[in-house]
Amino acid sequence: MEQDFEKIFQDKVDREIRIEPKDWMPEKYRQTLIRQISQHAHSEIIGMLPEGNWITRAPSLRRKAILLAKVQDEAGHGLYLYSAAETLGITRDQMYEQLHTGKAKYSSIFNYPTLSWADMGVIGWLVDGAAIMNQVPLCRTSFGPYARAMVRVCKEESFHQRQGFEILYVLSKGTEAQRRMAQDAINRWWWPSLMMFGPKDDESPNTIQSMKWKIKRFSNDELRQKFVDVCAEQVKVLGFTLPDKDLKWNEERGHYDFGEINWDEFWQVVQGNGPCNKERLDARKKAWEEGAWVRDAALAYANKKAKQKQAAA
Amino acid sequence: MATTKNEIDFLLHLADNALIIGHRNSEWCGHGPILEQDIAITNIALDYIGQARNLYQHAAELINQHTDKIELTQTGKDISLPVTEDSLAYLRDVVEFKNLLITEIPNGDWAQTSLRLFLLSQFQLELFTQLLKHEDPQVAAIAEKSIKEISYHVKWSQDWVLRLGDGTEESKRRMQNAIDAIWAFTGELFIQPEYATAACLNYAAIQTAWNQKVSAIFEEAGLVIPAKTFVQKGGATGMHTEHLGYILAEMQYLQRAYPNSEW
Repeated sequence: MEQDFEKIFQDKVDREIRIEPKDWMPEKYRQTLIRQISQHAHSEIIGMLPEGNWITRAPSLRRKAILLAKVQDEAGHGLYLYSAAETLGITRDQMYEQLHTGKAKYSSIFNYPTLSWADMGVIGWLVDGAAIMNQVPLCRTSFGPYARAMVRVCKEESFHQRQGFEILYVLSKGTEAQRRMAQDAINRWWWPSLMMFGPKDDESPNTIQSMKWKIKRFSNDELRQKFVDVCAEQVKVLGFTLPDKDLKWNEERGHYDFGEINWDEFWQVVQGNGPCNKERLDARKKAWEEGAWVRDAALAYANKKAKQKQAAA
Repeated sequence: MATTKNEIDFLLHLADNALIIGHRNSEWCGHGPILEQDIAITNIALDYIGQARNLYQHAAELINQHTDKIELTQTGKDISLPVTEDSLAYLRDVVEFKNLLITEIPNGDWAQTSLRLFLLSQFQLELFTQLLKHEDPQVAAIAEKSIKEISYHVKWSQDWVLRLGDGTEESKRRMQNAIDAIWAFTGELFIQPEYATAACLNYAAIQTAWNQKVSAIFEEAGLVIPAKTFVQKGGATGMHTEHLGYILAEMQYLQRAYPNSEW
């Protein structure tokens, strides 16, 4: 019986029919999606912090308004994604719990510090750019609620990426100090951005199954190569450089060759030893713990009002 | 010309209020108690930054039209002409800011943040409604646009005053503490600055309406207005608390550290 269900399920996936929350699905598919969607939601929420760090210091009122709107968008993305994950039978509170205890991960990129205004540009250009590469294929992912959430997320992300590039473009036309600021930010964020695509294909244990289920459509290395190819050209428009002496166009492959990623650093950050892992998680735990009385009060008030309404009816 | 000078000062007063309360609310972004509310307060911050921009832009326009008559700063440090929304926000110092003290005091907890917004936005709603009749059509237009946003701020913050006042014992205690802490800053709302000379303004009427609405909500929530307190005042004329200096140090850092740059 189970085998029949599994066959029908895979058949639907193969025919590009979306899987919906009430459809039968293999338990492992459900768990994989919960892990991936919640990790994605957590990344949006933790991702508010490094950029939130510059809202009060944005250098003009226009930049301040744009940055506020952008960070608010990220909160909104977190909201859709938590809702999508909830359709799989987990609550938002359970997901928070997993984040706060370290059981659930989030994108390691947000464990790096934002040291200058140029970081706001680079996060938009490189970090959101890498996220878009990862996320555009997810608009066609096999699980319906996730795919639909991603359509909206991707629209907003492409606006974020453009505004990031524009910040850098203005800096590139600015003073010597501004150009130095921008190049320094690119130097710090380039390698961590490449790491956003995850481990190399031969070290990515979940890839094959996820591709069969059409949760994932391209491998980590394929997407990473595409990202390098795009950025190597865009950086020329800015008149800056990417910090990789091995970066070189390879005529034969039709791609840029690039240097070896420091995988030791990648795994260190994943394991919690990045420069800001503790600060990021502490900030979220603090918001959650200090907000407990607010949530309790809201619930108590809603219950009171519901009772009063009942009594009046 | 005195009229223009007064209008510019009044616009700066309104703009500074919006900028500083926007700044304070934006400090919550990423740290709110509930994700939906994090989004709401960030949105409110964004509304205020938008209002500040409209007001500064209009003030800048008037200043640039009357450069010969207007003293730009009291500290003798020149803001170069023509002025812009950004030079007004980023290059004036504490004593030149005209915001009300209630906008600059720290956020405190969620009770203090929502209460402050309730008391302020209720005041702004009355004030901006009067400004609809301002003789400068640009001011009236800015008021009209702002009222749409402020009405939402009133509703959002009023709901929190009710929820916390009538929620749990702890939330009631915290809301009452917030009232006790902030009340001394409410008297300043109704002191008409001497540059607030527009014919449409009637601060006594604002105070009456404000008292009625605030009392009604407090009564519904079971909250108590403190017995007579001293009125803290001076913001509108540049006499601030120590908090404003730190807000400006943070906010103006890039413009000060990298002068004459485009961002």
